[in-house]
Amino acid sequence: MTDVLYELTDLSKKYTRGKESVAIFEDLTMTINRGDFIAIMGPSGSGKTTLLNLLGGIDKPSGGQVVCNGLRIDNLSQARLAKWRSSHVGFIFQFYNLMPTLTAAQNVELPLLLTKLSGKERKRRVQTALEVVKLAERAKHRPRQLSGGQQQRVAIARALVADPDVLLCDEPTGDLDRATADEILETLQLLNSELGKTIVMVTHDPAAAKYARRELHLDKGRFVESGAMA
Amino acid sequence: MNDLTLIRKSLFRKKTRAILLILSIMTAFLIFGALASIDRVLNSSEELSRADRLVTVNKINFTQTLPYAYWGRVQGVDGVQAVTHASWFGGYFQDVRNFVQAFAVDMDSYLEVYPELEITADQRAALAERRDCVAVGADLAEQYDWNVGDRFPLSSNIWRQDNGSSAWDVEVCAIMTITGQDLPTNYLLLQYDYYNEALAFNRDQIGWMIMLTGDPGLNDGVSQRIDEMFANSPAETETTTEAAFSQAFVEQLGNIGLILSLVVSAAFATILMIVGTTMVMAINERTKEVGVMKTLGFSSSRIFTHVLSESVLLSLVGGLLGLGLAVLLLGGIAQVAGGQLPGLGVGRETWIQALGLMLAFGLVTGFVPALNAMRLKIVDALGKE
Ligand SMILES: Nc1ncnc2c1ncn2[C@@H]1O[C@H](COP(=O)(O)OP(=O)(O)O)[C@@H](O)[C@H]1O
Ligand SMILES: [Mg+2]
Repeated sequence: MTDVLYELTDLSKKYTRGKESVAIFEDLTMTINRGDFIAIMGPSGSGKTTLLNLLGGIDKPSGGQVVCNGLRIDNLSQARLAKWRSSHVGFIFQFYNLMPTLTAAQNVELPLLLTKLSGKERKRRVQTALEVVKLAERAKHRPRQLSGGQQQRVAIARALVADPDVLLCDEPTGDLDRATADEILETLQLLNSELGKTIVMVTHDPAAAKYARRELHLDKGRFVESGAMA
Repeated sequence: MNDLTLIRKSLFRKKTRAILLILSIMTAFLIFGALASIDRVLNSSEELSRADRLVTVNKINFTQTLPYAYWGRVQGVDGVQAVTHASWFGGYFQDVRNFVQAFAVDMDSYLEVYPELEITADQRAALAERRDCVAVGADLAEQYDWNVGDRFPLSSNIWRQDNGSSAWDVEVCAIMTITGQDLPTNYLLLQYDYYNEALAFNRDQIGWMIMLTGDPGLNDGVSQRIDEMFANSPAETETTTEAAFSQAFVEQLGNIGLILSLVVSAAFATILMIVGTTMVMAINERTKEVGVMKTLGFSSSRIFTHVLSESVLLSLVGGLLGLGLAVLLLGGIAQVAGGQLPGLGVGRETWIQALGLMLAFGLVTGFVPALNAMRLKIVDALGKE
């Protein structure tokens, strides 16, 4: 198995505003290695979220290719993409996006409804995922009863539970205070170093980016690498 | 946890709203259940009509009687296979409020003309043996807890005997059911001879005659021949099909069928709009959650099924509560009404119709929101930060 996870080739994304078409980026080519932890930085509107959506197969490029794990995903049907996402990608959002009516444990179990695992096995996995994010004792709480940092940890557990190849995080600490943000970032770092999870994290916070192994700056549709971190 | 948990949780996400929706749907099905059942009781005779069964009544109106001799004369009319007669008894049991729908009939010919009435051979023999024997419909028997062998005085609010009494002593010798039909058997048959010989007035008169032609094509000819035979006599007749006769009889009570469909359609149209728009709103509020579900890998078709199931579940919960309430309400009415409406209750047919309606209602109200949720693009849904 090669250690390359993602290969983006000549990737472009355009939007039409009125009559003119605006390119967010053009001819973007890059690779992401298995086990990497990348922070993507850049000004607001530079296309960070758009790029993450293309990596996660929830948006389609205007041109070019996205290959993940040797599978070309940019031309898959909606139905096949949905299936692919359920087992290969975990998403973490700025505003947690938990289901308000479900408990923490049920939120974490949600992706497992798409697998053929038994109820018992699902329970075991949910328990493990909640332990990894140190929230096992809050399993029965609803999102409303949890702090922002705790909700984000539930969201991380949900992203982890199906054992995906990659975690895609869009401003995961954007809504949190410094101390809580650091806890979340340490958790992500731990997932990367101990469990070998590949992580792509979008942030505009330089302090957050320091937790990553590699920082990329996206500006005017181009990447600028800014030094490797240990 | 399974998909049903998700559907249930989404439905009760806003408890007050869900309860109000359930109450509206419940009201619609309560109205439907109650009216359909009352309609069924009133129209039960109509549903039983046979196309080749004719009824002859006094031309003045059907409450006027006919001479007994007419029965014999009609037997000879060309095209008549069998003919019987019946007289309205105006019965009650112990108290005038305990109404008993009773007819004085010639038992043998009556059972010949109404072959759908089922009586065991033993009981038929008992009826032939004794003139004070009566046949009681199963529903009526259940209502008064009458069993074969029970004796009681059957009173009339119209007729009086020579001896001044208005009660005929009768014994229950047979319990009648109707073959293969889910219709109430809510009346009693007593024997004409026993009734007639004791009458203080209006003796040797019959209420109406019923005959079989064996072929609906013969109906017009037979009707014409009978009515011509009695033309220019003191009691002229009018012969129609049984269905037309029942229709005229029920219309005396107001056109319940029409009222039923008007009220039910108005209620359903209103509640359909309320529930439909509320469902669209409810799903719009959940746009982001639908986006997240899709991001996690739930397919569009699965989301479509979820939303549709949610509205069907809503409709089933509300509808079953409404129909349950109708059962209780009709039970109450039947009690208050004494014997006026025996057989009143939510019948099997009404349940089946109502379940079909619930399903259709749920599918119609859920279709648009389900389609919206299915078509929702993830990037648009998540972009609403
Ligand atoms: N659906 C859309 N239609 C038109 N323009 C869009 C759409 N989605 C995003 N954009 C534009 O694309 C650019 C990049 O957006 P985004 O990827 O969200 O940036 P970032 O996450 O870096 O802030 C922005 O200028 C935004 O206005
Ligand atoms: Mg963004």
